[in-house]
Amino acid sequence: MQHLWIIPALPLLGFLIDGLAGRRLPKTAIHAVAAGTVALSFLWVLKTVIALQPLQTAHVERYFDWIRVGEFRIGFDLAADRLTAVMLLVVTGVGLLIHVYSIGYMAHEGGYYRFFAYLNLFMFFMLTLVLAANFLLMFVGWEGVGLCSYLLIGFWFRRKSATNAANKAFIVNRIGDFGFSLALFLIFLNFKSLDFGAVFNGLAGWRADTGMGTLTIIGLLLLVGATGKSAQLPLYVWLPDAMEGPTPVSALIHAATMVTAGVYMIARAAPLYLKAPIAMDWVAGIGLATAFFAATIGMVQTDIKRVFAYSTVSQLGYMFLGVGTGAFGAGIFHLVTHAFFKALLFLGAGSVIHALAGEQDMRRMGGLRTKTPVTFWTMLAAAAAISALPFTSGFYSKDEILVSAFHRSPVLFWIGIVTAAMTAFYVFRAIFLVFFGTCRGEAHAHESPPVMTLPLIVLAVLSLGGGAFQVSKWLRPMFPETASPENPMLLAASVGAACGGVLVAWVLYWWRPALPDIVAARLKWLYVAAVNKYKVDEIYGAVVVRPLVAVSREVLWKGIDVEVIDGAVNGTGRRALGLGGLLRLAQSGNIRSYATWVLLGAVSLLIALGVLGGVR
Amino acid sequence: MDPILFLIFAAIAVLCGINVVLQTHPISSALSLVGVMASLAVLYLLLGAQFLAAAQVIVYAGAIMVLFIFVIMLLNTGRERRTRGSFLGRLLGPPLLVILLGSVTFVILRTAPRDAGVRFGTYTGGTVESFGRALFTTYLWPFEIASILVLIAIVGAVALAYKEID
Amino acid sequence: MPQAVPLSWYLALSAVLFTLGVAGFLFRRNIVTMFMSIELMLNAVNLTFVVISYRLRQVDGQIFTFFVMVVAAAEAAVGLAIILTVFKNRATLQVDDLSTMKD
Repeated sequence: MQHLWIIPALPLLGFLIDGLAGRRLPKTAIHAVAAGTVALSFLWVLKTVIALQPLQTAHVERYFDWIRVGEFRIGFDLAADRLTAVMLLVVTGVGLLIHVYSIGYMAHEGGYYRFFAYLNLFMFFMLTLVLAANFLLMFVGWEGVGLCSYLLIGFWFRRKSATNAANKAFIVNRIGDFGFSLALFLIFLNFKSLDFGAVFNGLAGWRADTGMGTLTIIGLLLLVGATGKSAQLPLYVWLPDAMEGPTPVSALIHAATMVTAGVYMIARAAPLYLKAPIAMDWVAGIGLATAFFAATIGMVQTDIKRVFAYSTVSQLGYMFLGVGTGAFGAGIFHLVTHAFFKALLFLGAGSVIHALAGEQDMRRMGGLRTKTPVTFWTMLAAAAAISALPFTSGFYSKDEILVSAFHRSPVLFWIGIVTAAMTAFYVFRAIFLVFFGTCRGEAHAHESPPVMTLPLIVLAVLSLGGGAFQVSKWLRPMFPETASPENPMLLAASVGAACGGVLVAWVLYWWRPALPDIVAARLKWLYVAAVNKYKVDEIYGAVVVRPLVAVSREVLWKGIDVEVIDGAVNGTGRRALGLGGLLRLAQSGNIRSYATWVLLGAVSLLIALGVLGGVR
Repeated sequence: MDPILFLIFAAIAVLCGINVVLQTHPISSALSLVGVMASLAVLYLLLGAQFLAAAQVIVYAGAIMVLFIFVIMLLNTGRERRTRGSFLGRLLGPPLLVILLGSVTFVILRTAPRDAGVRFGTYTGGTVESFGRALFTTYLWPFEIASILVLIAIVGAVALAYKEID
Repeated sequence: MPQAVPLSWYLALSAVLFTLGVAGFLFRRNIVTMFMSIELMLNAVNLTFVVISYRLRQVDGQIFTFFVMVVAAAEAAVGLAIILTVFKNRATLQVDDLSTMKD
């Protein structure tokens, strides 16, 4: 018994303390509690992972029955296997770094205790999601992180744009959750249980689907849930808007942890997906399409956080591509490396914004290389990693995915290569715009305090050296081999694409700064379409949102609620009144009319009993 | 002999009954009612209920109706006036009465026993002796309660009318 | 003409007297007269009881009649006392004016 429950319980404790008593606590106490509980949780994770070595099979701990209805039993069960261990380390480790960073970033913000309370609550739900041993408990965590995302995106709730973004995130997530719920129903219907062990053992008796079998439908529905949570096509629209939240939130939730829940879920359901090849193809296809699509938008954005938001969407697409082509280990490996460098990019962007007193438009930045050196070097490391330059962590993880894609179909590989080039281009574009050249904006920028730069340095080290972790090799016992021998040609193509992207960025933004505008003018309609995000939000608004609101208002509210339901209720009251009024007329107070009624009754009785009762 | 007596006194009873309903002055109605009771007493005699016939005349006609007449004379309201009255009563009353009479008569004619009939002298069980024996043995308990009831009525009547005096 | 009177004639007489009593109760306006109609009805029922007593050759029917008489006496006494009180308050014996139950 490793007492796995301590891992999520510690942040929950932090949430309760900060949430209930935070108003009266001093700032040091608040962040000490918040970061402290996450640190302790991280240490407990380390202890558990070491103690459970070599962790060949899943270590399950059942605590108590949550639901028991007839045969249906859902327990509060936590399980740890290698996949869980990887996720736990990432969530608690990166989470800890971001908590520390937030101490500095949020120092001057109001609602300090509320922020840390929500962060801790998020950690609790995320850890529950990862540790869950059955689908329903995972869904609890799934929903919980959605809730915390809503709370944190709308943290500055007095801003209308922030609350709108929070609503959008929650609602779009909900659509995905609907798909997830349907999948849960189907799973229970077919396997009589929602427990991972029971379901995956039950799969042994099923043959792999060739067409649209039950397993494929379940897989597709789970994919719907994953697209919502992990911001893939077509449910990605909430993630760019989610940048309204504070930057640490963007780093933690919308880069490193929550959005990866979809990838984790698909990896967890690997036994099911391996028997539903059509569903897996859909996963890979959607992932690749999203990666390409988001990268095109990210290339032309001017807000630094937006660039990284679309980058997250794109990189998540890579992870989906990885798990969709059978390389579950590689997908998770990219999840880990992405957590490192994307969190670093966001935290670095936060540092930049903090240095420039709130400026987020890259066109008004520049020349920060000398003024904020630590931020510059760490972000450079992250940019190298995300571009998959050789020997960075991103290099290993992305390369594995691309190789696996090639073995599924070369087309996937080449589109992935183009996307990699675009990735390198947009991230170095951002670097050049922000750190090089002359300062186009505020003059007096300053470096961030150590409490913010220290996490940046740690993450930079991880981004560069994270390849040493060999995550996918460690996860190999869990997932069957997808024989993908290393092909030096593919490797060369990948490296070439990355360098090409960096080169183009260098040309356009450092060597010949006038070029971008000329290029944009030449490819005018393409450029404008990308800048406007292909008007996807507007399309959704017109096609989905507006008709829905109109129907709700006219039909459901005015039609049914007011006319039918209120009418029925009020009508019943009115008719009762009317009936009472009629009956009242019998009470005339006149003795003789009473006597007549008595006589009437007596005669009726007489006739009924006597004449009709048998007297003939 | 019996049928003739029956018919005479039945006719008197019915005529007096109609008179009770039709007369406008209460005194006339009361006197007609006395007539009804007297003829009923004769009919009781024909049926062999000697004690009851006497009791009818003494108690009913002699005490109760006298009480009625005292009250009518005391109140002295005179003839009835025509008032609005109940619409429902005027509408439903006559038909209901006809139906009542018709149905009761129908039931009687169908179910009445068809044997012997009433002949004066065939039943001698209504003597004072047999009546008293039954009253004070089998029906002692109701007798006592009835006497309490009369006592209550006396007390009630006195209590209600007491204020009249002053 | 038969020597004996059929029982059904007695019972029919009783029915007629009863109907007359109901008619009086419905159509008279003076409350004392209505009371007298009630007495008429009670007499009709008494006749029925005596007839059945004759038929069954038992005295129980007559006992019952006796008790009806006792109750009628008590009722008449109390009822007339009430009428007197009402008359003292309302100065009218027209039953239609005594319609307080309406409100």
